[in-house]
Amino acid sequence: MASTVTAHDGHEHAHPTGWRRWVLSTNHKDIGTLYLIFALSAGLVGGALSILMRIELQSPGLQIFANGQLFNVVVTGHGLIMVFFVVMPALIGGFGNWFIPIMIGAPDMAFPRLNNISFWLLVAAFSLLVISMFVPGAPGSLGFGGGWTAYPPLSTSGHPGPSFDFGILALHVAGASSILGAINFITTILNMRAPGMTLHKMPLFAWGMLVTAFLLLISLPVLAGAITMLLTDRNFGTTFFDPSGGGDPVLYQHLFWFFGHPEVYIMILPAFGVISHIVSTFSRKPIFGYLGMAYAMVAIGVVGFIVWAHHMYTVGLSLDTQRYFVFATMVIAVPTGIKIFSWIATMWGGSIRFTAPMVWAIGFIFLFTVGGVTGVVLANAGIDRELHNTYYVIAHFHYVLSLGAVFGIFAAWYYWFPKMFGYVVPDWIGKLHFWLAFIGANVLFFPMHFLGLAGMPRHYVDYPDAYHGWHFVASMGSYIFAFSLVVFFYGVWVAYARKERAADNPWGEGATTLEWTLSSPPPYHQFEKLPRITGDGH
Amino acid sequence: MSDDGVSGKVRQQAEEVPLAPALHEPAPHEAAARRARSTALICVGVAACMLGLAFASVPLYRLFCQVTGFGGTPIAGVKSSGEVSDRRMVVRFDTNVSPSIPWRIVPETPSVEVRLGETQTVFFELTNKSDKPVTGIATYNVQPDQLGPYFVKLDCFCYEEQTLAPGETIIAPVVFYIDADFDDERNYKSLDSVTLSYTMFQVKGGNQLSAVQPTNSTERKGL
Repeated sequence: MASTVTAHDGHEHAHPTGWRRWVLSTNHKDIGTLYLIFALSAGLVGGALSILMRIELQSPGLQIFANGQLFNVVVTGHGLIMVFFVVMPALIGGFGNWFIPIMIGAPDMAFPRLNNISFWLLVAAFSLLVISMFVPGAPGSLGFGGGWTAYPPLSTSGHPGPSFDFGILALHVAGASSILGAINFITTILNMRAPGMTLHKMPLFAWGMLVTAFLLLISLPVLAGAITMLLTDRNFGTTFFDPSGGGDPVLYQHLFWFFGHPEVYIMILPAFGVISHIVSTFSRKPIFGYLGMAYAMVAIGVVGFIVWAHHMYTVGLSLDTQRYFVFATMVIAVPTGIKIFSWIATMWGGSIRFTAPMVWAIGFIFLFTVGGVTGVVLANAGIDRELHNTYYVIAHFHYVLSLGAVFGIFAAWYYWFPKMFGYVVPDWIGKLHFWLAFIGANVLFFPMHFLGLAGMPRHYVDYPDAYHGWHFVASMGSYIFAFSLVVFFYGVWVAYARKERAADNPWGEGATTLEWTLSSPPPYHQFEKLPRITGDGH
Repeated sequence: MSDDGVSGKVRQQAEEVPLAPALHEPAPHEAAARRARSTALICVGVAACMLGLAFASVPLYRLFCQVTGFGGTPIAGVKSSGEVSDRRMVVRFDTNVSPSIPWRIVPETPSVEVRLGETQTVFFELTNKSDKPVTGIATYNVQPDQLGPYFVKLDCFCYEEQTLAPGETIIAPVVFYIDADFDDERNYKSLDSVTLSYTMFQVKGGNQLSAVQPTNSTERKGL
């Protein structure tokens, strides 16, 4: 008998309406929708900041920014917003909340009220972050411009104003929100699976979320500790990272990247899960090597904790330390390769339908592989010494995050939109969106490899004329990518204007997970009678 | 007292009433809820441990550097070296002063040539240029980093805070040797020089911090 929390007293079946339904919501689907709306809104803010950067970098000289500090404030805002307020809320809070309980056959999350708190903490955190951009930071200017990594001493003595204190509090609150969310997911997945659904029959998206939740639980407190030390260094005279008091700024980098490296897997593992479902659905085949896929994610999560110093090859690590981190980092290519090849093997010989979610998923696989390959290049300490802090690094992590995680989000959006909202987005709109985004993102980020190899450093508002050509191309790409979002919102508008009802299972026999057994959209409370899983489908 | 007892009983009953017409068997539900609670508590414990480890990393990291010589931290030794090898190395001295402290620090010689294992004493001259007493402390390391575990300092002015009266000058010794075992490091067979570097800082929270600052207008300028 699988463990489940089946209790629903009469009053919990009430269907609240109006503002109560949303603000006080304890329903996992409503909270998931809130997360998605929040992530989309924050994504528009973070995206707008990136467009400002591309307008600035389109030509040499200063275009729209008064100075480099202001530019770096925008860079920092873009990074923090995209990481903490777009990718994580969309994949974890949004799709995770929506589909984890359904996929494992549970009526709701284990702690529905905690779920509500997680969401509203995130809104509070976002407000704090926005405030931080408008209060004094570095002498004579507003906002914090030290990058999302916030290395001291720039983040301590370099920004005496209160701006970064707001930033630290924003990260604290966002971190608390994510930790609570992670506890909720772990408890739900470990305790509330439907009878018959063993861990080894659990859908891969649930596996991805389970690993992600553990990564969050272990890594985020370390970030919280590190930024608390920054806070006391800044305000209370401690010297954790200040050499004049016996501290060491490099210790901050160790702590930050002990969080920061798992964080990049936190952003990509849920997308891995989504892509597995989409590829399997539209190839009409069960996923190739299910157990290998699940444990590859576990392996990526575990190894992700012991490779952090590959972000720090230039701080003066001993050669043997560097050798270890080079080797450990390259090991991650093995489970990642297992995933890529298993997706391809799933498609191999399948009856493939190139629907909108499928083209997004294939785009994800292709682009993530490109980003993964440049990651293996950067893993080499010798090459990294040349490329550290150049646009090559920017290109690398945007290929895995902007083109990886974000393409995963859009793939999930087109895959689950009919299920979540009950209406159909015409397939051609999803595909048009894909092609515009695919071309735009590649035109935007691929030239950054060339810029980085040529020595263009990151976090700079201006550059010598020699870099103009590829910067101009990259800016054009960013405008194409931005235009693709117009198509995206047009698709949502069309779905709600035409109100074409989605079938319970619009994707046919390949879609085998539990959400497709429910109506579209699912009832407000599902699985009051628990489903019993008998087959060996995943 | 008795009132309380009664109302307590009534409340208890009132709570039980909605549960009484059990839609589902209450026993499995409660067991599941307890399981969920204990899972959540374990998770909270893990998060709390990681937070504690983050703070524990500060002393651990310092200890780790001192014990292993990681990052070019010279070893604080107590007994002088045994064997002396024929290999010679030049030890250069590099001294820096943080803008926050009005001191001058000069080694008696820019460099010395030593044999591995040979104990050397070098004197440094520390001067307080201001008209206030100032307490300072030096951070130190050696380059290349990998020499840290072999660079043994028997005595150093940098191990403790120094307070200098206005205009005072002191001569402070550094007693060190390079462990003869360094000769076995295969990556450094051809290394023939090493730099011992000091940076002098004003002690945080020490006296006269604010009094010194006016003489010191370059501090943090341009950041």
